[in-house]
Amino acid sequence: MKQLLILGAGTAGTMMANHLHQKLDKKEWKISIVDERKEHHYQPGYLFLPFDIYTPEQIVKQIKDFIPSDVDLITEQISKIDGKTSVVKLANGKDLAYDLLIIATGSKIAPEETEGMLGNEWQKSVFDFYTFEGALALRNKLRNWEGGNLVIHITEMPIKCPVAPLEFAFLADAFFKDKQMRDKVNITYVTPLSGAFTKPKSTAALEHLLAEKNISIESDFAIAEIDNEAKKIVDYGGKEVSFDLLVTVPTNKGDALMERSGLGDDLNFVPTNKETLQSKDFANIFVIGDATNVPASKAGSVAHFEAEILTENILHFIKGEALSASFDGHANCFIETGEGKALLIDFNYTHEPVDGVFPFAGVGPMQLLKESRMNHWGKLAFRWIYWNMLLKGISIPFVTANMKTAGKNF
Amino acid sequence: MEKLIAGKNIQVNEEGYMTDFSQWDKAIGEELAKENNIDLTPKHWELIQYIQNEFKAESPLTIRKIGKSGVVDIKEFYALFPVGPLKTATKIAGIPKPAGCI
Repeated sequence: MKQLLILGAGTAGTMMANHLHQKLDKKEWKISIVDERKEHHYQPGYLFLPFDIYTPEQIVKQIKDFIPSDVDLITEQISKIDGKTSVVKLANGKDLAYDLLIIATGSKIAPEETEGMLGNEWQKSVFDFYTFEGALALRNKLRNWEGGNLVIHITEMPIKCPVAPLEFAFLADAFFKDKQMRDKVNITYVTPLSGAFTKPKSTAALEHLLAEKNISIESDFAIAEIDNEAKKIVDYGGKEVSFDLLVTVPTNKGDALMERSGLGDDLNFVPTNKETLQSKDFANIFVIGDATNVPASKAGSVAHFEAEILTENILHFIKGEALSASFDGHANCFIETGEGKALLIDFNYTHEPVDGVFPFAGVGPMQLLKESRMNHWGKLAFRWIYWNMLLKGISIPFVTANMKTAGKNF
Repeated sequence: MEKLIAGKNIQVNEEGYMTDFSQWDKAIGEELAKENNIDLTPKHWELIQYIQNEFKAESPLTIRKIGKSGVVDIKEFYALFPVGPLKTATKIAGIPKPAGCI
């Protein structure tokens, strides 16, 4: 029996287990998946948890419920990947030899990278919402917070779901309006980028929305430290922003396993061919989702599109064929803008997000880069799609792995 | 579009970043630095060399990476290029503005 090993049972790893168990010959291949956790979290739900829109029960399920029964699920910590001998070492001392390895270990926040972030004010007035614990602590804080300077902050790029902090700002505006206390809250959006987003057309649209919602923006801010005493963030150039409540997105890094295994870059992301998704170091290692260093968004939609491409390439690889499936960097993201509306953006490595309609040219019904109620329903429906279709490797009708240009106004 | 820099017609984009690195030379670097109110010291040149090498190796540039370059730390980087250091330094080095990677 040949061994196909998947590391990480999050969004990308679970999708690959489901795709491959349908496609590989069971007499020839044994599929195993390793994750130290027992729970699978719907990470987009972390955005809604602080505002009491979702409850914890809606976003947490069991990993085992999403792994096919003939795939071996191993709940154990991973110590090291030895690419030279094709062996993965587990913390319990067991070695797993593989013929083909898929790394899907994701990315995590690393608040320790910024001076003062884990200081006295951590989870008192300094919060993250990229972890379940952080989002829950922030929810409890927001329930009783009486107002002041709310600062929403991105430490450095790349981050998982780059639109999430903007959505947080929009939802915060709506939350405080709803609580009849918007006049007691100043909202400031602080980013290391030169504007609200990295691509020109969406930056213009999003900055318009920020202005409309009376959210000020402080751009080109490279944080040097959080001053816990004076409650301010300070940048290397000397700029300062005071806060009463800081919601920060800490530095995102790949799993420390990459550092231990000598497989990561300076942020522990794995150097990966951006088209074939093959590791640059070892031919029998493939990488998917947030764990890669490819210049695409770190987002569930990206992992979903990558999974379709990677499944094809793994089948090619097994047959000794050229890796002809090519990922184009496709991302498709709903951006909640508050008050029951959302934007939708659809883009790839070469095409920035523009306006138009999606998924059918001339029809829609989704509007690209414009606020609409339909887009908001799409975002809420997505939670159902995630648990019931996406993780199980069922294609979403009419949404293709490679981006379509029809219906868009370039 | 084209721009006359140090007596040569150079291809630049609308933000003034060079679009063809092969056209870059030290005289162009000097003139771009002047436009950005920077007097180039040997330390500046050492860093520009590092940035260009990373670009040639297709390795994406970030402020973090510069801080770990062994040439300068982040505080020194800001001292060399006080306003938008990465944007200014890449412009002078004749390479595209770092995308910030979404």
